Amino acid sequence: MKKEIKERYDLLKGIVEQYLPDDVDASTITMESHFIQELNINSANLVDIVLDVEDAFDIMLENDDMDGMQTVSDALGIIDRKISEK
Amino acid sequence: MTTEEIIDHLPYDYPFLFVDALNKVDGAGCEGQYTFRSDLPFYQGHFKTLPVTPGVILTECCAQIGLVCLGIHLMEKELDTSVQIALSSTQMDFLLPVFPNETVTVFSEKIYFRFHKLKCKVSMRNSAGKVVCKGVLSGMFKTKAV
Repeated sequence: MKKEIKERYDLLKGIVEQYLPDDVDASTITMESHFIQELNINSANLVDIVLDVEDAFDIMLENDDMDGMQTVSDALGIIDRKISEK
Repeated sequence: MTTEEIIDHLPYDYPFLFVDALNKVDGAGCEGQYTFRSDLPFYQGHFKTLPVTPGVILTECCAQIGLVCLGIHLMEKELDTSVQIALSSTQMDFLLPVFPNETVTVFSEKIYFRFHKLKCKVSMRNSAGKVVCKGVLSGMFKTKAV
């Protein structure tokens, strides 16, 4: 993993961890983790993750981005695109 | 949409409708009221010898006025005829009891409405103007195609 991507991944992982329910361990987060199906994050907490991601990366997400954000790797892809569009 | 139309869009009915009137609503917040009639069924058991409005019911009243009515107003353009709401978080403080036949006014202030999630700061006052409870509520809104 490139250094830049690793940094973004770590920052995102730190945000996601705060919203994990008690029955999911932070160590289960991987690039392929599905937020709702695997990490048991509900749609309301997924909105909080998006709002925290916006603040952490200084970007703005739209409804379409939210719909496409199913896995950790989807989220990194969107973050990458938004940063490059800045 | 008028305030009456917003109330008509609420998915609740007796004995679980806790909105009598919506006094005002705009993009930033809303205000509405409700009178807890003494014949509401939960007073029979809460408590056995002294009827007091349960905190969960005060929370529900704050949510119906402060979160759902405001959400319907904010989603007006997307609304068909009905709305589905899921309460997603409540953080409430209760300061004074509310007895049967009291009329309360709920005030709500939008914190954010993004990606169909509405988060609000709410407070409820009794007819003497004293705050009986306050807190932060959030919920997810979904429009239902009919």
